[in-house]
Amino acid sequence: MVRIGAFLIGLFFSGWLLVSFLMGAVAYVSEPPVPTAEKEFHLHPKHVSYSFDGPLGHYDKAQLQRGFQVFSEVCSACHSLKFVSFRDLADLGYNEAEIKAIAKNWKIKTPDIDPKTGEMATREPVPSDKFPKPFANNVAAAAANNNAIPPDLSLMTKARHSGTAYVYSLLTGYQQQPAELLQKFPDVKTPAGLHYNPYFANLNLAMAPPLTAEGQVTYGEGQPKPTVDQMAKDVAAFLTWTAEPKMESRKSAGLAVLLFLLVATTLAYMSYRNIWAETKH
Amino acid sequence: MSFPWANHYTPKAPLMQWIDERLPLPRLVYNAVGAGYPVPRNLNYFWNFGVLSGLALMIQIVTGIVMAMHYGANELVAFGTVEHVMRDVNGGWLMRYAHANGASFFFIVVYLHIFRGLYYSSYKAPREMVWLLGLIIFLLMMATAFMGYVLPWGQMSYWGAKVITGLFGAIPVVGEPIQTWLLGGFAPGNAALNRFFSLHYLLPFVIAGVIILHIWALHIPGSSNPTGVEVKGPQDTVPFHPYYTAKDGFGAGIFFILFAIAVYFGPNFLGHPDNYIEANPLSTPAHIVPEWYFWPFYAILRAFTFDFFFIPAKLLGVLAMFASILLLFFLPWLDTSPVRSGNYRPLFRKFFWILVLDVLVLGYCGGAPAEEPFVMISQVAAAYYFAHFLIILPLIAAFEKPLPLPGSITEAVLAKHGEAAE
Repeated sequence: MVRIGAFLIGLFFSGWLLVSFLMGAVAYVSEPPVPTAEKEFHLHPKHVSYSFDGPLGHYDKAQLQRGFQVFSEVCSACHSLKFVSFRDLADLGYNEAEIKAIAKNWKIKTPDIDPKTGEMATREPVPSDKFPKPFANNVAAAAANNNAIPPDLSLMTKARHSGTAYVYSLLTGYQQQPAELLQKFPDVKTPAGLHYNPYFANLNLAMAPPLTAEGQVTYGEGQPKPTVDQMAKDVAAFLTWTAEPKMESRKSAGLAVLLFLLVATTLAYMSYRNIWAETKH
Repeated sequence: MSFPWANHYTPKAPLMQWIDERLPLPRLVYNAVGAGYPVPRNLNYFWNFGVLSGLALMIQIVTGIVMAMHYGANELVAFGTVEHVMRDVNGGWLMRYAHANGASFFFIVVYLHIFRGLYYSSYKAPREMVWLLGLIIFLLMMATAFMGYVLPWGQMSYWGAKVITGLFGAIPVVGEPIQTWLLGGFAPGNAALNRFFSLHYLLPFVIAGVIILHIWALHIPGSSNPTGVEVKGPQDTVPFHPYYTAKDGFGAGIFFILFAIAVYFGPNFLGHPDNYIEANPLSTPAHIVPEWYFWPFYAILRAFTFDFFFIPAKLLGVLAMFASILLLFFLPWLDTSPVRSGNYRPLFRKFFWILVLDVLVLGYCGGAPAEEPFVMISQVAAAYYFAHFLIILPLIAAFEKPLPLPGSITEAVLAKHGEAAE
């Protein structure tokens, strides 16, 4: 009885799936899926190598500081960094006094209540504050940015596939819409106010190219030349740190744990062999 | 316990004797996972995965309880409190990465455990109850994992919750009220998040309870073994402790090494980047996919693209997805071959490996976008999945000529070592 019922159910599901497959296959051949500009012109992130790649990789503090400089002088005008505090910058090699100064001189002020009147007011950020947001709310952000809300950048490099390379590729990937694309898909001309970038999922991005000229940010003595490529690379490194600030302790703890586990597992294997030595199995 | 030659518990320390006379807990442990449980001597490494599953549950409970101390189940703060765990809680990143990857590793070892059971037909009499309880654990695990994935309140959390509860919406007439009732609203929100957190905390302990039943049911007939021949006498078994505790210790070491590699060196490899974007009901992700361990079932769900007369394709997909798991409950009565082990079943063995490949293909298609050729491939693969269990498996026994079975476990062991049985 169970087997007859099973046979019928199996026949129904398998049969209908095969019928669906055949109908789908006929439709696929008679009306092949329409190619889209996104499918054909979207590019995977460029390959780019960093000091923190691999299981032994470490952040390059000088690079993170340069990246922070790019963030504060360029990105922070529109993008928030809401999960990062000023005091976290100690990881980048800044000392307490420097962090205090960075917080105090930050262009955006921290919203707070005026201690005298109880009215909404702002004050200078202190190291324990998170980075204040450039816009009071999403409506203000959208109104100021052609209706597109600049996303928070704290987790950006973890929120995209190959995030670090993605950020780097996006920042260096702005270009004219290829003539080939317009020839093939005449309807998908980049709308006014958007910018063509093949590394962006739907190819047209609201953000205008933020890094446009060499020397846009002035790097300190002994640092590499601030080319667009270098600045993009540095800010992508900085955003990797904001997304994964504990990466170095994670990797170094991982090595110690693996070393311990290798020894422990070897001992466990030896005791297993020892206990079973006299028993055939 | 199961065999008359099992060791008997004789407390040595006076304290243990004192406890045992008043509460025979030491005796219970001794008989369950100590020297009082005789186990076939020929188990291979695939028998490690039961203990490893229990270990994975322990990791989830410990890391989960610690994280619950820092988590806020409210749609306004949930995402931020998870980031708080990652950034500001001492060792929080380790807890969270261990918990997220721990779920994956739990499913890896449980899938290996289930496929071990399928290959060696561990579900056959007299172990049907062990199999059925195991499937209940599997269902509870799926529910727990699904609700746990909602808690960080990222984009995949939100849209996954919407899609999965939406499956109930496919049921005619009562579907939509059921979906609304499950979510506590028309879309995932605070009510859903709170109840999911509550249940996500509860269900692991229900799982632990069913595991006790699972082990209890196992101890009635005793463990199965790779020959599928039942234990005939004391020469066929060794006490669980120290023999299998030692072997499981080694297995646990390998498990921990692989787990550590994932947690410390590739913690986000098995996750989806979209879940690092805070939930936004107004922005649908391009491809909504569940966690990898649900992909085979997700592929079955999406394989139904045509209505069957008055039954809509979506409802068919939902029915098929649930059927793909529920049919496993009938396995002991679908497979009629008296031979258990796939080692002695040449035809069954071939189909078993096709099934393994089939489930891997389904998994791949389930993780891929819902477009061609993946839909067509998953239709063929899903068709095989149902045919395998419901049509092929019951028929194999009639056509198959099993290989000769060894006389006993000891005979098989000695033959392997080139010796004759005494």
